[in-house]
Formats: sequence, structure tokens, C-alpha cells
Amino acid sequence: MLKGYVPPYNATVVQKLLDQGAILMGKTNLDEFAMGSGSTDGVFGPVKNPWSYSKQYREKRKQKPHGEKEDSNWLITGGSSGGSAAAVAAFTCFAALGSDTGGSTRNPAAHCGVVGFKPSYGLVSRHGLIPLVNSMDVPGILTRCVDDAALVLGVLAGHDPKDSTTVQDPVKPFTLPTLTDVSKLCIGIPKEYLAPELSSEVRSFWSKAANLFESEGAKVIEVSLPHTSYSIVCYHVLCTSEVASNMARFDGLEYGHRCDIDVSTEAMYAATRREGFNDVVRGRILSGNFFLLKENYENYFIKAQKVRRLIANDFVNVFNSGVDVLLTPTTLSDAVPYLEFIKEDNRTRSAQDDIFTQAVNMAGLPAVSVPVALSNQGLPIGLQFIGRAFRDQQLLTIAKWFEKQVQFPVIQLQELMDDCSSVFEIEKLGSVSLKQ
Amino acid sequence: MWARVVRLGFWSWGSWRRGFTSKADPQGSGRVTAEVIEHLERLALVDFGSQEAVARLEKAIAFADRLRAVDTDGVEPMESVLEDRCLYLRSDSVVEGNCAEELLQNAHRVVEEYFVAPPGNISLPKQDEQEPFSHN
Repeated sequence: MLKGYVPPYNATVVQKLLDQGAILMGKTNLDEFAMGSGSTDGVFGPVKNPWSYSKQYREKRKQKPHGEKEDSNWLITGGSSGGSAAAVAAFTCFAALGSDTGGSTRNPAAHCGVVGFKPSYGLVSRHGLIPLVNSMDVPGILTRCVDDAALVLGVLAGHDPKDSTTVQDPVKPFTLPTLTDVSKLCIGIPKEYLAPELSSEVRSFWSKAANLFESEGAKVIEVSLPHTSYSIVCYHVLCTSEVASNMARFDGLEYGHRCDIDVSTEAMYAATRREGFNDVVRGRILSGNFFLLKENYENYFIKAQKVRRLIANDFVNVFNSGVDVLLTPTTLSDAVPYLEFIKEDNRTRSAQDDIFTQAVNMAGLPAVSVPVALSNQGLPIGLQFIGRAFRDQQLLTIAKWFEKQVQFPVIQLQELMDDCSSVFEIEKLGSVSLKQ
Repeated sequence: MWARVVRLGFWSWGSWRRGFTSKADPQGSGRVTAEVIEHLERLALVDFGSQEAVARLEKAIAFADRLRAVDTDGVEPMESVLEDRCLYLRSDSVVEGNCAEELLQNAHRVVEEYFVAPPGNISLPKQDEQEPFSHN
């Protein structure tokens, strides 16, 4: 739909980075209109996870007998901001921006072994971010380490007169303190997040992380978010409804793709939108319109809004009981091969993969996915920290402490780099990030 | 435990309803009738395109039906997480603009400073007058 479109203005977040001297290296691939959890449904094709080519993954695969060619079973990045995560993971750039409506920044971050940060709703401007769900979207930040994410947040956070949903609280630039003593912290483990589909590996790392905090003196308690099982359904209804409204602006008249039909405005709109949107987007628009029909409005849309309040209240209650951050898995397992991922349709996959991430968007809280360790297959696994609203700094401070404890390994793309007769040594690149 | 009890209750209710789809029951898998399809396509100005898309919508509705199990008596709908704050309004003064040329460049059909649209006030033809589903 946006083929050939050249934006006549910069998004606020982009402009802020450019004003600070950032060099825009390019735009990355994603699921079309950020709808998906695999970055497989973009117009430019699916995104390949750089870890598919890593030494760590390849070595593990050699142990298993395989008849197929080396490149045919590459892995997905997760989505929908998969291109951004892949770019950061492959050392293409210092940082990348994504969007996070239901986990679209944290999901690929976990699969690509990078830090994926979702700021509190209202902290970072959405002006210029193509709206998907106005009440849940935020720009996401992807970097290789938590310090970098904090650096980028320091540039981006703050009130924007062009986005009336940004809060007016003053935001001061900050440096993340280095935490040495976690004994005053209270970490919450929501018991409903122990989903049956959770892989045993992720569960084991989650458990080890909790034990790590406990062994260092923090208080680790089990908490309850009773409406968790309904949050994905609620998200589905609200997301499709808002999408149906937001996608209405794409009619081919003022920008973007336009078809050749000239019979009438409506016929032109219909044909343009049929040609310009893929099945996933069209499916969501139609579902959304269904839920917004007069006879369904009360039972679906309003109902979902009420359930949303219950979910947001769950989090408020937990934080009010003294918990500082929640610790949960980010994804159900490590990255899967593309050929396996596409066996189910987009909606099913999104419903499965967003399970740990979307409740956070509904409550507008900050969350960050931090890479923890490699799985048995040599692929990254990430864990998610969820913080209190507008306590992004505290959240990142704890995440930074955790990151230092786990010492996640650097991706080894040596074989690829050797082919490029590069002068750099890969091991040194692991420390390329601006330290204050 | 309460959630498990509710879920059991819901499943047995669902299978009871499925047995009644032969009647004109609005619930169940037969909700997306031809009438609904036409109505949605007209509202959304996006077409289903195939029978699979209709099936996907039915699955989506069935998925959304799970919300019925939640007790929301006395709960107010939540529109935004920032509902306790005041909306910010800018002062009504022009600070930027004058970029008509740039904006017009993105449009396909332009005459002088106008976007060109096909004639309006002509409704989309009804389902039976249109082509049947085109399989992409």
C-alpha cells in the first residue's frame, strides 16, 4: 500500500536521533503493517535470523544428521520488528527502532539475542509512527546492551507537542547507575505465565534467573495476574478493531498505491485496498469491522475494553503489593525454522507467540527483553522484565544488573566475516557500544 | 481454580450451542452469513477474496467469544491507560506548513493543486452484481 511513498516529514523519534548526530543507515524489513510475530509477511519477503548462520548454531546442527542444504532451513527472527532485530544482532548498526504494540520489539529481540525495550506508553512520541492500535503502540528500541538502550531512550523520551498522548512530565537525561546490591528489590513471578506451551528450556532459564536474584539477596515472590488467560483474546479484539479504523486512511488518493479503476470513488478505494493489503491485514480489518458492528459492539469491543481494565488493574495490584519488577519469559521457545513457522496462519501464530508480551501493552507498562543464554540448539533465549509505569529508568537499571550477571555470548559470524576479508576481529566487536 | 471451573462451564455451553446451529441461532459457527460478508466488505472497502478468509474470520470470532467467560459487572471500559491525565492541547497558531508541493508529489493523480478522485456518490455494486471470489 505504501509502495513508492516517500514521507514528507520525519517521525519525531527519527528527528530526535538525527538532531543528536545519528546516521540513518536504512530502513529495515518487517511484517506488513507490523502485523505478525515472525517477520515473514512483508512485501519484501521474510527476514532471516542471523543466528541461522552463527558458529554456535551451525556447530550444534552438525551433530544432528541432516540431508538438506545448509541454507534451506534458516530460522525466523520473530516479529514484527524482525529486520531491526536482525540488523542489530548482525552488527550492522548501533541501534534500531521498532514498534511495539503486542510485543513486536521484544519478541524478535529474544529470538535474535539482543535487548528489546518497550518504553512506558506516553513516554516516547508516536508522531510519525504508522498507527496500528493508538492506545497501545509505542516505538521500541533494539540494541546490543542495556546501556545503549538507555542512551537511546534518553534521546527519545519526553513530551512532544505533536503527539498529544505523550505525557508532560519533565524528562531529564540520565545515566544508568550500576547496581551492586539487589537485596532491597522485590521480584514478582506471575504464576499464570507458566503456560503449558512453554518450552522446558525457557522454563529452566526463567527459574534459574529467579534463583539468581534470590541468591543475591533479593526477595522473589510468586504473584498472580488472574486475567492473564483472557488477555490475548482481549488484545485480539481491541487490536483488530483499532486496526479497522486506522487502516481506513489508506485509500490511494493522497499517497501510496492506487489502482487503475476510475468508475467511482468507492470502487477505486476497494480495488486499491485489495491490491495494496495482504491477506493478514485484510483479515484483521474485516475482523475489526465485525466486532465494531452495531449488534456486536457491546458484546465484543466494549467487553474487551472492560477486560482491559481488569488486566491493567491486575498489574496495579501486584505493584502496589511491593513488587518492583516482574520477571517472565519473553517467548515460548527459541527461534524456529521458517518452514515450520509458516505451517500455521498468521493469526494463530500471533495468538501463540504474543502470549507473554501483549498484556504489557494493554497496561501501558515498560518492559524489556534481555538475552539470557543459548539454548541446546545454540540459539538465543530472552527473558522479560516488566516495570511500573514511567519507572523506565529503574527497570533498565535492574535489567543492566541482570545482563552483567548472565554474560550472554557474542554471536560468532566468523565464517561469514572471513569471506569478506575484514580487518576487524569479531571478539573485539562485542565491546563496541558507547560507554558514558 | 476459579478460572478452570469457568472454562469447563464455557466449553459445555459452547457444545450445547453448536447443536443448535440448524436453527437461526446467531451464535455458533454459522455467524458469517453471506449478508454479513457483503455488509463487512461494503463497510471496510476490503474484500474477503476467498473462502479461507471467511473461515479465518469465523475462527477469529470463535476466539473472541472466549471473553464471555469473564465477569465484568460494574467494570468501566478502559479506553486509554492515560485516562487519569489531561489531554494536551497546542495553541492555535500556525508554525509550519507551506509544503503543498511536497505533499502533492506522493499522489498518483494530481491536477494543479488538487488530488483527483473518481466520481463519488456511486455505491459499490452489490454482491450478486459483482464477480465471484477471485482466488489470488
